[in-house]
Amino acid sequence: MAVTVSIPTILRTHTGGEKSVSASGTTLAEIIDDLENNHGGLKARLVKEGTLHRFVNVYVNDEDVRFSGGLAAEVKDGDNVTILPAVAGG
Amino acid sequence: MLVIRRDLVDAMVAHARRDHPDEACGVIAGPYGSDRPERFIEMENAERSPTFYRFDAAEQLKVWREMDANDEVPVVIYHSHTATEAYPSRTDISFAGEPEAHYVLVSTRDPDEHELRSYRIVDGVVTEEPVKIIES
Repeated sequence: MAVTVSIPTILRTHTGGEKSVSASGTTLAEIIDDLENNHGGLKARLVKEGTLHRFVNVYVNDEDVRFSGGLAAEVKDGDNVTILPAVAGG
Repeated sequence: MLVIRRDLVDAMVAHARRDHPDEACGVIAGPYGSDRPERFIEMENAERSPTFYRFDAAEQLKVWREMDANDEVPVVIYHSHTATEAYPSRTDISFAGEPEAHYVLVSTRDPDEHELRSYRIVDGVVTEEPVKIIES
């Protein structure tokens, strides 16, 4: 199960500058574990205490995973996972 | 230094005034590598709050895809402070996720005189920079 993951500028230090990388898994959690195996350090930027970090938005295709199960969101072969920094503040 | 056209500055200030007392936010896109803000995009503040802002996640994805397709980047990311000075708050710093963007703050706390300042925010470090306004 391979998916394409778009990496935002701020996380490209973990992917050797690559804008998009491939990863495999059937849920977002598995995808992130697979990313971590190949691009160490990414997981800590995405996950905190077992849930997605509030500083990032993660989408499977066009859907914000916050509304589709978070880390348990299912992914299928050929899906696109997009990571964007959340733009927020006070 | 941020170099920006007068009409873009006016657009940010007008947006901030219109949404006051809630915080207003948006992006000015520009060609990749140019460091030149050109395309003004007002974003919805999903929080609709006088003390917090957050880009709506679905709208952000759409706008980021458009920029990608146009070979643009978010040159400016702006938001307003409606009761405090135009200086990044602790939350602004912790969220700042675009190291190449100019973070522009507009304060509307004074009803007559706005304050507009620009910063780089990289790895939690805030560096103010001069703003050069060019006549459009």
